[in-house]
Amino acid sequence: MNKTVNPNELTSEDDFGPLYAARKKVYPQSVSGTFRRIKWGLMAFCLGVYYFLPFVRWNRGLGAPSQAVLIDLPNSRFYFFFIELWPQEVYYFTGLLIVAAVTLFLMNSVGGRIWCGYLCPQTVWTDLFYAVERFVEGDRRERMKKDKSSGLTLRRAGEIALKHTIWLMIAWWTGGAWVLYFSDAPTLVKELLTFQAPMVAYIWIGILTATTYVLAGFMREQVCTYMCPWPRIQAALTDEWALNVTYRYDRGEKRTSVKKAAELRALGEQVGDCVDCYQCVAVCPTGIDIRNGPQLECIQCGLCIDACDNIMTKLGRPKRLIGYDNDINIQRRQDGKAPIYRVVRPRTIVYSAIIAAVGGIMLYTLATRSLLDVNVLHDRNPVAVKLSDGSIRNAYTVRLLNKSGYDRVIAIDADGPVNLTTHVVGADSVTPDRPMIVIPRDTTSELRLLVTAPAENNPEKSIPVRFRVTDIGLGEVATATDNFVAP
Amino acid sequence: MTDHHGEFDSVSGKTTTGHEWDGIKELNTPLPRWWVITFYLTIVWAIGYWIVYPAWPLISSNTTGLFGYSSRADVAVELANLEKIRGDKMAALGAASLADIEKDPALLALARAKGKTVFGDNCAPCHGSGGAGAKGFPNLNDDDWLWGGSLDQIMQTIQYGARSGHAKAHEGQMLAFGKDGVLKSDEIVTVANYVRALSGLPTRKGYDAAKGEKIFAENCVACHGDGGKGNQEMGAPNLTDKIWLYGSDEATLIETITNGRAGVMPAWEGRLDPATIKAMAVYVHSLGGGK
Repeated sequence: MNKTVNPNELTSEDDFGPLYAARKKVYPQSVSGTFRRIKWGLMAFCLGVYYFLPFVRWNRGLGAPSQAVLIDLPNSRFYFFFIELWPQEVYYFTGLLIVAAVTLFLMNSVGGRIWCGYLCPQTVWTDLFYAVERFVEGDRRERMKKDKSSGLTLRRAGEIALKHTIWLMIAWWTGGAWVLYFSDAPTLVKELLTFQAPMVAYIWIGILTATTYVLAGFMREQVCTYMCPWPRIQAALTDEWALNVTYRYDRGEKRTSVKKAAELRALGEQVGDCVDCYQCVAVCPTGIDIRNGPQLECIQCGLCIDACDNIMTKLGRPKRLIGYDNDINIQRRQDGKAPIYRVVRPRTIVYSAIIAAVGGIMLYTLATRSLLDVNVLHDRNPVAVKLSDGSIRNAYTVRLLNKSGYDRVIAIDADGPVNLTTHVVGADSVTPDRPMIVIPRDTTSELRLLVTAPAENNPEKSIPVRFRVTDIGLGEVATATDNFVAP
Repeated sequence: MTDHHGEFDSVSGKTTTGHEWDGIKELNTPLPRWWVITFYLTIVWAIGYWIVYPAWPLISSNTTGLFGYSSRADVAVELANLEKIRGDKMAALGAASLADIEKDPALLALARAKGKTVFGDNCAPCHGSGGAGAKGFPNLNDDDWLWGGSLDQIMQTIQYGARSGHAKAHEGQMLAFGKDGVLKSDEIVTVANYVRALSGLPTRKGYDAAKGEKIFAENCVACHGDGGKGNQEMGAPNLTDKIWLYGSDEATLIETITNGRAGVMPAWEGRLDPATIKAMAVYVHSLGGGK
């Protein structure tokens, strides 16, 4: 993007420099080819998942939400198909974020900015908005011409109005789909249409409508160039083996027209396959020239590959003058050696291993996750109480978690090296020596548990105690350990 | 820093800002226009803030802003709302009987939470923040109660206190047998050892058990009962158990018998509303020693 300036032409303004860099509006041209098809497919998939996932149903039984993916903030629950997560299990999200980050690193070390070029919401929505713009206003040259002409005809005004209307509708749907993840989707849609939805839903739809409209309609490549940290970070994550969208200067230079090339070749000069048609620049959504080498602005969407391939096919020259490649292979070709591609190398092995390890741990813990859990906190003031018959009593706050969809009857036992008796304050137990309590489904209960060691075998100082919570009906057991302390 | 003017950098094709640190010059890379405009908009926004919200300090006050917003008023409204929410819950607590509160998990949780807070504010100075007590101030976690450990008895003690001056207060005290000349000092030593023997503690060499029993029967049984089992009507402690309010060593017992004891528990009726006293009774009962 750096413009070369002749030092003799510097004005006094250049001395101080301009206050801001004026926006150079980009008019990407339509293109067809392999990568364009991949991008259409991925766009349809990503948007399809985003817009329709909230409507997917999942039967969890009576009284539980039947939405497959739901973030239930009022009840602090997250539902994802067969998984139901409680706030205590937020570490699953940590794991998910680790996997996401390392997957990004892996993609980067294999094929460059795959995320940026194909999957990033900014890219997907901007691509969609460009498609609308092209549909309403025409292709690159027409749009450039229309923007240049100063006269505003009725037809032109209609075009502008239509474009913004479609953009706003897409943006509104984007915000609308977002809020559906936080409430029962069909109910909320009904409420939204009859203006009975909560205010916060309308506010969020408004915010996301605005961000989508502005980011995809106006900011576009500026988000990637100026706002996003990823282009900077990825420079540290790529290496000499990573395949990036690359202009093969080994067969491209010197660039000149077909006719001139023939003349130069006749003179015995070195001439390349590039005919300097600027098609790669015309289709670029960030407005750069890939032939200048890897650069910050390039999101590596592969559209220049399609554009160049089309030209090369017409000229009967080999495709992939621009392609996924790296400098090592360009060097090797110049030296007359065959290119080598090394996907498996220490970097990718380490990334894959991390993904497998974290993913494996998450799957394992998820599969073996207990739906009955107990946490015990020893009273600190007083830590121990001497009773009138000389026996010692310790009090504990016990928190029971019933993550299942049914009520449970549980019994609490305290196991230790001495004979311990238990009592739950407030529990109307029919078995006084073995407290039994009902925990309603999908809730936590906090109880005060009193544990007493009889006078004849008072513990010395502090002994370990294991609290065993047993589901009377199902036999499921959860345990927690703490200490029993003598005064 | 060199001169203010930038110079042309032939490598990048850009000018520099004129800033230089140890030979490293800074290239001029201007921000995009929308970014600069956004920056100015934030300044305008800040000026709006000055007008709308309290912002500028004056000599003795401050500018109040267009809408008279104050975070203190916000807090007052929130607190009033909270009081209202709590009022409904506390009304339910006030209406329920003590026994019902212990059986209803929701009411029990409310009573324990409320009781704990009020306990911390009012009772902790003497009984300790966890109710563990101290010398002369009963431990509320154990099962030894001077005035009874049932819910009703605990509530009564909290309401009216002991020797508090309230008309319905618990009365009765440990007499000063030594100071009042009822018992001679050698008799006091003997009966002190007798009391130690009651709860299985070792006695002094040469102590006369028969004489101790006689002194105890003549002076102590009236309140502490036959065999020293105590009497909750008078707040006379059980002398046969392992719990001692003032201490079980001989010197402390001699001091107790000589000077008497009459600790005061204040009456909370009138200072705390009935529902709060109820919550506190449930809380104390649930500490573990409640009968």
